[in-house]
Amino acid sequence: MTSATTTADQRPPLWRDVRFLRVVLQVAAVAVVVAFGLWLWGNLQDNAETTNIPLGFDYLDQPADLTIPGSDFNQSQPVSDAIIVGLGNTVRVAGAGVVLATILGTLIGIARLSTNWLLSNLARAYVEVFRNIPLLIIVVFSYSAIFLRFPRLEDARTYGGVFLPSVRGTGTVWITTDDRGGAIAVVVLVAVVAAWAAARWRRGVQDRTGSPAHGFWFGIAAFLLAAVAGLAALGFPLGYSTPELDGRRIVGGITMLPEYAALLFALVVYTASHIAEIVRGSIQAVPKGQNEAATALALSSGQRMRLIVLPQAMRIAVPAIGNQYLNLTKNSSLAVAISFFELTKVTQVSIANRAPAVPSYVLLLAIYLTLSLILSSVVNVANRRLALVER
Amino acid sequence: MTATTRPTPTASRAAWARKHLFRTPRDSVITVITAAVLFVIVWRTIRFVFFTGRWEIVRVNLGLYLYGRYPTDDLWRLVVTLVVISATAGLIAGIIAKRTRIAAQAAGTPLPGTSIVGRIVELAFRLWPVVVLVALLLLLSETITPTLVTLATVAAAIAGRLVGALLPKRATFLAFVLPGVLPVVLLPFLTAAQGWDDWGGFMLTIFLAAVSMLACFPLGLVLALARRSTLPAVRVIGVGVIEFFRGVPLVVLVLMSSVALGFFLPQSILPGKVVRVIVAFTIFTAAYVAEIVRGGLQSVPRGQTEAAQALGMSPFRVTGWIVLPQALRNVIPALVGQFISLFKDTTLVFVIGFLDVLSVADAVTKQSQFDLANFAEATAFASLLFWVGSYTLSRESQRLEQRLGVGTR
Repeated sequence: MTSATTTADQRPPLWRDVRFLRVVLQVAAVAVVVAFGLWLWGNLQDNAETTNIPLGFDYLDQPADLTIPGSDFNQSQPVSDAIIVGLGNTVRVAGAGVVLATILGTLIGIARLSTNWLLSNLARAYVEVFRNIPLLIIVVFSYSAIFLRFPRLEDARTYGGVFLPSVRGTGTVWITTDDRGGAIAVVVLVAVVAAWAAARWRRGVQDRTGSPAHGFWFGIAAFLLAAVAGLAALGFPLGYSTPELDGRRIVGGITMLPEYAALLFALVVYTASHIAEIVRGSIQAVPKGQNEAATALALSSGQRMRLIVLPQAMRIAVPAIGNQYLNLTKNSSLAVAISFFELTKVTQVSIANRAPAVPSYVLLLAIYLTLSLILSSVVNVANRRLALVER
Repeated sequence: MTATTRPTPTASRAAWARKHLFRTPRDSVITVITAAVLFVIVWRTIRFVFFTGRWEIVRVNLGLYLYGRYPTDDLWRLVVTLVVISATAGLIAGIIAKRTRIAAQAAGTPLPGTSIVGRIVELAFRLWPVVVLVALLLLLSETITPTLVTLATVAAAIAGRLVGALLPKRATFLAFVLPGVLPVVLLPFLTAAQGWDDWGGFMLTIFLAAVSMLACFPLGLVLALARRSTLPAVRVIGVGVIEFFRGVPLVVLVLMSSVALGFFLPQSILPGKVVRVIVAFTIFTAAYVAEIVRGGLQSVPRGQTEAAQALGMSPFRVTGWIVLPQALRNVIPALVGQFISLFKDTTLVFVIGFLDVLSVADAVTKQSQFDLANFAEATAFASLLFWVGSYTLSRESQRLEQRLGVGTR
């Protein structure tokens, strides 16, 4: 009893009590943020009233009154449909960009570390040039100075039957299927599973016996076997078509709009220079002893890279490369400068077509935030699976 | 870094080539292919720069590229600004150099003295892209004035450097005060002739980048501290703001600054378009700066905080005197990297119709005597301006990293 009263008596005055101060500080911080938010909201309503621009999302059902090149979107469809087409275009350019930038970036990053003086310096020059030029300049340059300078349709010709560049679009060869696309997708899926199972089985054999079991080649063989068997069962519904000129149009194959091609090209070239630096740094961060130990075990230089260095470098590189994927996705919004109709351009044009600015941008921000969250959670999962399990 | 890039004096060139170019048959094939690629690139570049490129488009519009539509009668204001900034930079460099020398002497390891000429030559080699760019600008200009301006700028820098080294030790405070005083004096001086809403060219780019960087640093610091706070509510606010602005594209924020920001503010206090876009750059970059500073804060060992607390320091002093100074030293290179990004990102004002370097490059191709065929020349020059700036900054940041010994202590 007595001791309790003494403790209570010894409590510091209120303005020096840490527990009390913590509460006050937090309340104050929240109050400031809430007050600021309310102030913005109040301004927004005042301005909406005076300018007579609605704040609701009713505009999404109104006709969009815009045309989107390269899609069968028509002007009477609502704004929400236009945004979905835009989202599709964003995903298309970002997805292709991520794959191509990874391939190019990894190749350049490895070339940068080559013992060949000429190759490593060429890779270095690439990185130093493209890392230090604004992406927007690369986008605008590749559009106006490369893809818009392609031959007009009248003068266009195919190269090797597979490549048809023109100012209205660039055609390349593409796979065709008959109407059983779903069945083909199932066959491909089964083949991938078969390849994975075969590789896993050989891996087990290798772990048990210690002799090389060629899991990679077994996987390839299993994939081809399953795919050919499945396609044969369907009667080989796959074909390919080459781009050809038909008067004023390109028919067959697949045609990339110059806007799409220019944006993709710029994103890949720019992001690859960043990925190359990450790959180089990660490979250099693998302790030298690992390489030396692998050499002592008589592994070839290719085996050293594939089995010893790259798996460990991956672990270091994944978070940083994931960040680059995020950047690439966000940077696809630079399409506004060259009128490729992805999310941002669609939003910008629909605002010009009398869609209210604030709700449009709020929706746009929300979509980008969702995309970023999805991408970063994928990267986090990959990171956790690769992370070193420590004692 | 490649291990060796230069033949050692004892080895002959042939031996060097054998080792670095033709070590194995595969290596030889790579060398031949790379050489072929390199030859095509170099040949096409040379052809473009010296033969096919029509550089009148840059020559005629050089002023537009550099300072937009700044009134011709007031160009002397730019010259004065340039000379003053250069003299101040020299002065600060001189003060720092003197302090370093005194510190080195006190430590018993006096620095080797080099002649002034030697140091200027060394600096010119280190900053070779800038030297090349200035030479190019002088070649493209048609009168003698730009040459005189360049000479005056260089002379001002050298004079500042010499004076700075002569100043007594108690003048060190100038190195901190001058960078703060200079904008306050120079901005009214420059805007007297033309408000910054009408600025253009490289001048606008530098203005946007510098102001945004100065403004985003304190904001980023506060956000980083909020995110590391032990108070849950403050931490949630910090995380929310940082993750929100890192998750959205900067272009969207820039577009919003021009179209939508006006809706969130009372019309009476709505700032001009340049200030609005600076707000967008500042908040976006602050979120990234916050993450960088957070990394720095995490790199300071816990023992530092605990030791400071054991000495009876208040939380504010622990942060301000012990943790932050160590954290910031560790992240200076990363901050410079972020500044380079910001410098390049200022081109985004192109999409809202500012007359920045890229917009100039786009606009000049629409002049009657030029056309879209000149687009390559026009943007190549714009890229060169940015490339020189950001390459030089990144090289200097690497040097700084080595001097600070980040990661080695």
